[in-house]
Amino acid sequence: MAALEGPGRAPGEARSGSSTFTRRGVRLYLSLRDRPGTSTEPREARRPPVGRVVVTLGVVSLLTDISSESVASILPLYLTAVVGLSPAAFGLVDGLYQGISALVRVVSGWGSDRTGHPKWVAMAGYGLSFVARIFLLFAGGLAAISSVLAVDRIGKGIRTAPRDAMISAAADPAHLGRAFGVHRSLDTVGAAIGPLLAALILWAIPDGYGTVLVTSLCFAFLGVALLGLLVPSGTGARTPAQAPVPEFRWREVSTPSLRRLLVVAGVLGLLTVGDGFLYLVLLDSTEFDPRWFPVLYVGTNVAYLALAVPLGRLADRVGRTRVLVLGHLALAAAYLCAALPLLGAATAVVTLALLGTFYAATDGVLAAVAGRVVPAHLRASGIATAQTVVVVARMLASVGFGLLWFALGPTVAMLALGAVLAAVVPAALAALGRLDEPAPA
Amino acid sequence: MTARQRSVAFLVLVLLVLGAGTAYALGDLHRSREQLSRPPTVPSRESAIAPGGPYLAFRHTGLDSEYGVVALVPLADPAGPRTFTGADCDRVDATRDHASCLVSERGVVTDFEARTLGADWQVEGTAPLPGLPSRTRLSPDGSLVATTSFVAGHSYLSDGFSTATVIRELGGRSYGNLEKFALEVDGSATVPRDRNVWGVTFLDDTTFYATVATGGTTYLARGDLEARTLSTVATGVECPSLSPDGTRVAFKQAGRPGGRPGWTPAVLDLATGARLVLDGESRNVDDQLEWLDEDTLLYGLPRDDEAGVTDVWSLGVAAGAEPVLLVEQAWSPAVVR
Repeated sequence: MAALEGPGRAPGEARSGSSTFTRRGVRLYLSLRDRPGTSTEPREARRPPVGRVVVTLGVVSLLTDISSESVASILPLYLTAVVGLSPAAFGLVDGLYQGISALVRVVSGWGSDRTGHPKWVAMAGYGLSFVARIFLLFAGGLAAISSVLAVDRIGKGIRTAPRDAMISAAADPAHLGRAFGVHRSLDTVGAAIGPLLAALILWAIPDGYGTVLVTSLCFAFLGVALLGLLVPSGTGARTPAQAPVPEFRWREVSTPSLRRLLVVAGVLGLLTVGDGFLYLVLLDSTEFDPRWFPVLYVGTNVAYLALAVPLGRLADRVGRTRVLVLGHLALAAAYLCAALPLLGAATAVVTLALLGTFYAATDGVLAAVAGRVVPAHLRASGIATAQTVVVVARMLASVGFGLLWFALGPTVAMLALGAVLAAVVPAALAALGRLDEPAPA
Repeated sequence: MTARQRSVAFLVLVLLVLGAGTAYALGDLHRSREQLSRPPTVPSRESAIAPGGPYLAFRHTGLDSEYGVVALVPLADPAGPRTFTGADCDRVDATRDHASCLVSERGVVTDFEARTLGADWQVEGTAPLPGLPSRTRLSPDGSLVATTSFVAGHSYLSDGFSTATVIRELGGRSYGNLEKFALEVDGSATVPRDRNVWGVTFLDDTTFYATVATGGTTYLARGDLEARTLSTVATGVECPSLSPDGTRVAFKQAGRPGGRPGWTPAVLDLATGARLVLDGESRNVDDQLEWLDEDTLLYGLPRDDEAGVTDVWSLGVAAGAEPVLLVEQAWSPAVVR
């Protein structure tokens, strides 16, 4: 089996990959409402835990994800059936894009703080991806399609940090984890609808690739329009009282708390390998039919969707850094579970549930913590830095694990990794301490 | 604008965009229905082609009622009228008695299948494929079939790609995934976990050649079905195709003139190791080449100006040879001698 050396999911990015289910969507909407039974704290009476802005940003991500995932799911078929290319051509360049995206993110985080207008920087990112989709309609050759996808990735890199900064600014500090959970859930719902919509279109119009591309363009446009019209420009913007940011001052961003967060998140990231490896181990150890490979992504997303909000709320209650670090125990358990198929047929299901739990406990929570350990006017820079450190660490982890896999074989390599990760967790817990105390009620 | 006006403006945009999208979809549906009921623009004939003579089997790619159907033309008149077989195939290879046909059955979950067809082009057997069809070849006597497909074809964008290559006896046992074969790189046995095998070409019913990628290098490997081994014999060779006399391998070489991305056709002499890069063809040739005869190669190329339509080109095996259009609206050529 080939090395699937792609890095793991980048934090803050949409669930990349393929189709998902939507059945949790209904439940999610219920949890957005401020239920009477929960408003015991005086804070909640004043301000709903998850405000309109956060939900609107979530819907922006949902629309954008319908757009990107509908195209992503048909791209292999489109390339081979219509453009006449082999999908292999794309595997080669994708790693590069991931790297570009991580770098762009830092720059845009800084730009967002520098201008004091995260909304407009985020708009630029969403807008760029929208423009890339227009060109995708006309792109014919490998070079053209690669460039369009590269631009799309850059747009994704630009928008993530300012958007998370806006969520961080708009949400009630006591319910930050929940706010990010709601945002990430909506995002995942979009990633589920996209491929289903594309499949529906191709079912109705067998060669309707053009319609899929146009539909994708429509949703990308609606995402940009929703952000532009209904997210207040003041969200996360610099207040007159705050000093403007004249230039990027690493000294200001790098508070002792952020540095500690970066070190811990970086070390944990170095022990987090791409999902692809985990799936390969599953395929290797359980005689799993490779045809079900796409379903593995669905399984992870279902768990992620189900747990993002509950774990966000848990993080708000017991401490976000705790949930962030302890979430890695779920990952270690997933490694062990995949490598030692003791559970028989249930192995795959349990592994995927654990992996989804890991992402639910760490993805939004990292942004929630990072946005709170730097001064408010440097929030986007703080979030971007933390996310980039994690992305880069995970890329290194995938490369390193590839070597380990080569030397030790999949089972031993995975067991070793799981053991080291589990051993590091207590130290990480101690190092972070109560870095991000729940705000006093 | 007030918040209320903004909400109204967004709702209006939603309606406009959904309206425009729906209008486009209906137009596309109409176009698709019309296109799929249109008779082919290329000449065709009902009668079977003359028995006995050599012919070319290929996937017809005209945007018409026969789109994707395998058609046949005599080698004596490749541009002449084609005979449609009724068999739908993404990739096809054929001998006189059998054909291997890889198909994608599209649905909410797309299914991929490897079919073996009889001399009458009716399905004799099927086997599931793990992903998008890539290559297929039959052994010269038609008793073995090799198939290559992409695995995780839906998610390669985020996690790289991988291929699964399997050799089976027609209607018999499978030799399994070639990744499980013992691998010798440059003469020494290795057990790399990151290996990938694709693009099989058969010498006979024991010996075959294929591409093996491991540790970032692509190799031409010689395989032995009885010993279940793969031994590398050259580097930088992708999608090999043995010449009819078995002495040379045509392949696609990474890179194009001027440093552009893609692949260029090339031929390797197995005895001397001499390579001839056929850079008279400067377009991106991403196909497993097929030998028309000892001096000519065939391959499919997509049209730049017409999505979904491809043509089969021929290229002489000689320095500076220029490509010539052989069969229009065609893909996946298979020469039946």
